[in-house]
Amino acid sequence: MTAAAPVIEVRDVSVRFATDYGDVHAVDGASFAVRQGEILGLVGESGSGKSVTATAILGLIRRPGRLAHGSIVLGGRELTTLGQEELQKIRGVEVAMISQTPRTALNPLITVGRQVARLFTIHAGLGKSEARRRAIEMLALVGIPEPERRARQYAHQFSGGMCQRVMIAMALATSPRLLIADEPTTGLDVSTAARILDLLRELGARTGASILLITHDLGVVAQTCHRVAVMHAGQVVEVAPVRALFAHPAHPYTRALVHSIPRTDRAIAMEPIPGAVPSLLNVAPGCRYAGRCPWAEDRCRREKPGMTEIAPDHFAACFAVEDGRAAPV
Amino acid sequence: MPRLCELDDLKVHFPLRGTAAWLRALKDGHPSVVRAVDGVSFHVDAGETLGLVGESGCGKSTVARALVRLVQPTGGRITFDGAELTGLSDEAYNKVRPNLQMVFQDPAASLNPRLPVRRMVEEPLLLHTGLDAAARRARAEAVLEEVGLGVELADRYPHELSGGQCQRVNIARALATNPRLIVLDEPTSALDVSLRARVILLLEELRQRHGLSYLFISHDLATVRYLASRVAVMYLGVIVEEAEAAELFDRPAHPYTRALLAAVPEPDPEAKRDPFTLSGEIPSPIDIPGGCRLRTRCPLAQPICAEPVPYREVAPGHFAACHLL
Amino acid sequence: MADIAPSPAAPAPSAPTTARLVWRRLRRNWLSAGALALIALMAVAAALAGWVAPYEPDETDAAAALAAPGLHHWLGTDIYGRDLLSRIIHAGQVDLTVAFGATALALVIGCSVGAAAGLYRGIVDLAIMRCVDSVMAFPAFILAMAITAALGNSVTNVLLAIAITQIPNYLRLIRSEIFRIREMEYADAARVVGNPAWRIMFIHLLPNALPPIIVQATLAMGYALLTMAALSFIGLGIQPPQSEWGSMTAEGAQYIVTGEWWLFLFPGLAIVLMVLSFNLIGDSLRDFLDPRMRGVR
Repeated sequence: MTAAAPVIEVRDVSVRFATDYGDVHAVDGASFAVRQGEILGLVGESGSGKSVTATAILGLIRRPGRLAHGSIVLGGRELTTLGQEELQKIRGVEVAMISQTPRTALNPLITVGRQVARLFTIHAGLGKSEARRRAIEMLALVGIPEPERRARQYAHQFSGGMCQRVMIAMALATSPRLLIADEPTTGLDVSTAARILDLLRELGARTGASILLITHDLGVVAQTCHRVAVMHAGQVVEVAPVRALFAHPAHPYTRALVHSIPRTDRAIAMEPIPGAVPSLLNVAPGCRYAGRCPWAEDRCRREKPGMTEIAPDHFAACFAVEDGRAAPV
Repeated sequence: MPRLCELDDLKVHFPLRGTAAWLRALKDGHPSVVRAVDGVSFHVDAGETLGLVGESGCGKSTVARALVRLVQPTGGRITFDGAELTGLSDEAYNKVRPNLQMVFQDPAASLNPRLPVRRMVEEPLLLHTGLDAAARRARAEAVLEEVGLGVELADRYPHELSGGQCQRVNIARALATNPRLIVLDEPTSALDVSLRARVILLLEELRQRHGLSYLFISHDLATVRYLASRVAVMYLGVIVEEAEAAELFDRPAHPYTRALLAAVPEPDPEAKRDPFTLSGEIPSPIDIPGGCRLRTRCPLAQPICAEPVPYREVAPGHFAACHLL
Repeated sequence: MADIAPSPAAPAPSAPTTARLVWRRLRRNWLSAGALALIALMAVAAALAGWVAPYEPDETDAAAALAAPGLHHWLGTDIYGRDLLSRIIHAGQVDLTVAFGATALALVIGCSVGAAAGLYRGIVDLAIMRCVDSVMAFPAFILAMAITAALGNSVTNVLLAIAITQIPNYLRLIRSEIFRIREMEYADAARVVGNPAWRIMFIHLLPNALPPIIVQATLAMGYALLTMAALSFIGLGIQPPQSEWGSMTAEGAQYIVTGEWWLFLFPGLAIVLMVLSFNLIGDSLRDFLDPRMRGVR
């Protein structure tokens, strides 16, 4: 598959938080790209830095956090050097985000229809009635039944799944180039979650928006994403197309992760990932998985491995994989 | 196999209060009641794990809460270790508590933020055993070691621990008095995927070592498949299917179970997805459709589904409540 | 098999010592630290008034009457030649005792009754809240005036009056905190473990309900001080010759026109500084007592 042009490129981004005990290195040299029209899954446990990365893309890192270094290029524009005013014009318009608690993201005092319509009046400069018409169109697009009636209701009258659909409607209202979905299905029931993911896939294809799907659930990744970036302790350890990632996981962490997850369609032996996530405080240089990795050497603890292409469009940051000591499965 | 715990037609109904409820009652002609649990019967044998699955609002958490008396049953019976729990006085029930403990869903929220780990694990020992301070301390430390927490964490506070560690503290606390049955209400839902495996394996190890029984409540079907020997599926307050774990997952009989399994995303891009889905949304537990509760959403619904549903054995040890089987 | 907590509690090689951490926290909250120091200073000075004050409060000196602040009398003297500084320090005893005392009394009573209302709910809650409503129907100061007038002018009665007007605040605050906390999972867990009601209340619920109370208490101390001063200002409550900042300010106000500005400024300043200090320490004290706030910015 030829690589399509990237909508957004994150290069060597590092985010640090200052605390009384020293710096917490939340993200360390993360690099990945989201291509035109694809769904990229950003997978990792809590503390892996995936949400912080999304916050960095939106330019919302605040004290005591800071973007230590790196570049984020959105459609040719460097975001890290922009001031808050310019970022405001990009947030919600070119880059939109939905979060894992849709109900709390909606204003409880304003009708849902008005909230969506506002986006059109503010960003597209439409008049009130035209904005309202478009709002109802968006609600229908995300699969809300009886959109005219529902538009007059308030957030508390919507179920969790419906709220998430409204969030998606609001995010897509401005036809953004990139939609960041931060754990969009975590708070939802299994069947509702399945439908939301279907919706995201469908809308991504229809509107041409690229999606950065942040999740800790490999099942979601397997069923929804085209490519996957795996993060561990703030570092991106592997980037690959989804089939390749599951069939031939390269990085030791990815392998361990894939083997630690139970399934419903067959009984498997679960093997938990050995060791523990290292502390992100005043970290040592080198690969952060070294403390838990069966193939770790001294070099791994001193030097941070770079991303190498071990198969077409399949990248991993691991010396053992590079050297062939841990041959891809 | 001796039955450790048995629920017989358990009902937990919550009457609605307030003016809106009163007006609604006038309109409907009968009092408005949330029928959270509406006639649930199952049993847990000694030494086994019964999985109770369903989506939010199905009543599984309420069943758990009724079992540990956080909520009073409105009808039905609960039998534990030969004795009937439902009619017991509070003091008498308190004597049962050392044998029947619970682990809650949110690991951090289940721990008092102002108490160190040690005190929380020692608390059940303080309340139910006659051990002196030194003995309690020793036992608490032993239990903490058993769940994989170093003794050096015993003086920490909950906010200094990770989610996985907090959950281990909860498990240690439940284990302290050597219970016979532990009710686990979504114990891994708030944990990371990679931590789940650890906690699940720990639970299994503890069960085998101490001969415990678990009532494992979860909406995470994959975890249930791993841990449970038998599984019961709940929908809108009743059990719609019950079978041995492998049998239920491989050959689901009830349409709801089928739809639920079809919706779970497998961590395998090559896995075939069953396109079986339910339409619409879960009805409110105040307005439950008569006959089969799924009929407003089931793609296979027939006119007969409006009749009261029989709960019958569709295969050896495999029960389902559906007209069409 | 233990997973490491990704938290600052794990000491890194260059872990700061406890002293260093405390100093850092003090430096960040320098305003509150300053306020606390001021209160402490005043409290100690008042307690040791006999040793600290340069003169006796009743010591008259006709030759030095109405002297402006100067070398012998740092804050000046009044019409009887009494040293203002010494009087202010001694008055601190009364003011601070009543402020702390009334707040403490209101807190204890308000919290006990409020906690009972929150725990038992139902008819108990109903009865208690209606009593609270009737007390709160009166503007607080009017109520304080009425009680003082009814009971008579003495330090104890002023303390009681102020306490009574404060009780409803703590009561309602603790009641709503208890309502919120009792639904939390650790309250449920405490029940399932087998805790009797009293343990749930005192060990699990109350300690977690206290933070907003602490803030309220510090604000209330300032209010108590003001109420007391106001009562004396209008002639109720504490009477001369007992010195109290409010009455001293009232007396001093008569001398503005004749130019002896120090007689009302310094007692007034004492009130202002104390009330301001109480307000400033409120939030910081709450954070300081919370185990969660250690080491976090």
